[in-house]
Amino acid sequence: MGLKPVLTKDFHTENLEQLSVYERTGGYAGFKKALEMQPDELVELVKKSGLRGRGGAGFPTGNKWSFLPKGVYPRYLVCNADESEPGCFKDRYLIEKSPHQVLEGILIASYAIGCNLAFIYIRGEYLPQHEALESAIEEARQAGYLGKNVLGKGYEIDVILHRGAGAYICGEETALLTSLEGYRGEPRLKPPFPAIKGLYGKPTVVNNVETVANLPHIVINGADWFGAMGTPTGKGTRVWCMSGHVNRPGNYELENGTPIRELIEEHGGGVWKNRKLKAFQPGGASMMVLLPEHLDVGLDFDAIQKAGSLAGAGAMVVMDETTCMVDAARRYVKFFHHESCGKCTPCREGTFWMSNLFDRFEAGEAKATDVDLLLDIGYSIDGRSFCPLGDASTWFPRSVIKFFRDEFLEHVSEKGCPFKKMAQEAVA
Amino acid sequence: MALAKPTVEEIKTRAARYPSRQSAIIPALWAVQHEQGYVTKESMGEIAQILGLPPSLIEATASFYSMFLARPEGRHDVVICVNAPCMLRGADEMAAYLGQQLGVRDGETTKDGAITWHSTIECLGACGGAPMMQVDHHFEENLTPERIDSIIERLRTEPAPHGPKPEKAAAVARPRAKRTQN
Repeated sequence: MGLKPVLTKDFHTENLEQLSVYERTGGYAGFKKALEMQPDELVELVKKSGLRGRGGAGFPTGNKWSFLPKGVYPRYLVCNADESEPGCFKDRYLIEKSPHQVLEGILIASYAIGCNLAFIYIRGEYLPQHEALESAIEEARQAGYLGKNVLGKGYEIDVILHRGAGAYICGEETALLTSLEGYRGEPRLKPPFPAIKGLYGKPTVVNNVETVANLPHIVINGADWFGAMGTPTGKGTRVWCMSGHVNRPGNYELENGTPIRELIEEHGGGVWKNRKLKAFQPGGASMMVLLPEHLDVGLDFDAIQKAGSLAGAGAMVVMDETTCMVDAARRYVKFFHHESCGKCTPCREGTFWMSNLFDRFEAGEAKATDVDLLLDIGYSIDGRSFCPLGDASTWFPRSVIKFFRDEFLEHVSEKGCPFKKMAQEAVA
Repeated sequence: MALAKPTVEEIKTRAARYPSRQSAIIPALWAVQHEQGYVTKESMGEIAQILGLPPSLIEATASFYSMFLARPEGRHDVVICVNAPCMLRGADEMAAYLGQQLGVRDGETTKDGAITWHSTIECLGACGGAPMMQVDHHFEENLTPERIDSIIERLRTEPAPHGPKPEKAAAVARPRAKRTQN
């Protein structure tokens, strides 16, 4: 357990974003080895490794690949680089530091599923990262890793880099595909799942940046090596994005199962300004809040779920004792309201009303009964919206009400935010 | 204003790579915004012509995405994140300071036309370096009042990062086009 740099092990190497440097660290050896294998063998290898998708849902990658119907072509691979979950900045880091690692993973995945045209959907805000990937693709093309006849092995692959334009919803895989087809980025009904009817109605696999970045290492070192890291149901490592009230925020690649305490106290240097930990949130904006009593939970999909939250996209937002939980929840709810695509009523209207109520609490205009009204709206959204964006908008605020109901009531009785008042008094 | 030849060429080249030319709508809108600084109804009509698609389709797509601007803005684009992870590190104070130093409200352009700024609830992906902002899409992290001062000073004289933005953009401080979708 603890720090285990696999994806990030060469990140201290200067100019790693250049092809020649990346190759010197062993880059593209995984893709070369993969080309010597049968695609089916690769799918089996990834299945056996136990790699689970790093985008948030944690679905086994090899299984996802094997859902593609036999004999239906063309089929597509789409790498989801639309990282927009508040609290997450790992994909950006992986792309910036080593764009070729991501690209090599995409090439391996494409070969494994028998696809000749892959896409990278990168969020519009990531312009420098877009440029890094663009030059990586060009370099790889020059070197013969991309093209009509890759390294003389008769395999054809091209990669199109597609830039989004500011829509969180496009991180949801069906909305991403709709957006890639040129439409408004609204989610589609599942089933049919993208594996059956995805991009342009063809079988499609959508894999996250961190997921594909694992592939070169699995191909080189084998499924057993990968399976030896982590927990029985959460193999390998994850890059955790730590932010908020810690001394050393940043990205940390840890073996799955490492206690949350180690991430925050050891690697993050503990809570800043010698203050006490109040709460933390694994997974990003969507996920439920956890308390200091959960510090010994392992960083792992299943362990975090058992503790009452979700590991999601691998964020760790740390909040100290001065944090106004109502305001934190208010920001997230505003975010979901802003990002709701408007397709379904529970999410579009529900996030609007939650956002209004939170504003009332923060402004001291709420009534005590508004806490239950918030919960009521939450129940009307969760499980009733078209896609997970709506559901997820309610998880954090509802968990905050569960653990910190008193804070809402204090906002009512004090006719405003007690934490802001405290902060102002401290300055005065 | 008709689109420049290289922009038209770029749109055609992009469209040829995709299995469906409709997929080239967002790349085309980017190409136009890159050239002209914003996307007008007329240029959407041109995109429609180049791609052989109905103009309504281009407008439907463009209006969904918050990064396409409907009108000219300042030479430089400054966006400061105020979502929760940034708030925890003092983003509200930095946003207030930025507005105060620029002398215009959230969403407005400075009188000299140099900078359009706005705060955003949309996470920009740099929570580890909060408080942060994006200046012409480049990350400026661990902001302090001093850092903000020096960034502003630099932007006041620096030319736009790409393509000349029309001078008329500079004239007045006015509310920016609403960035929310729907």
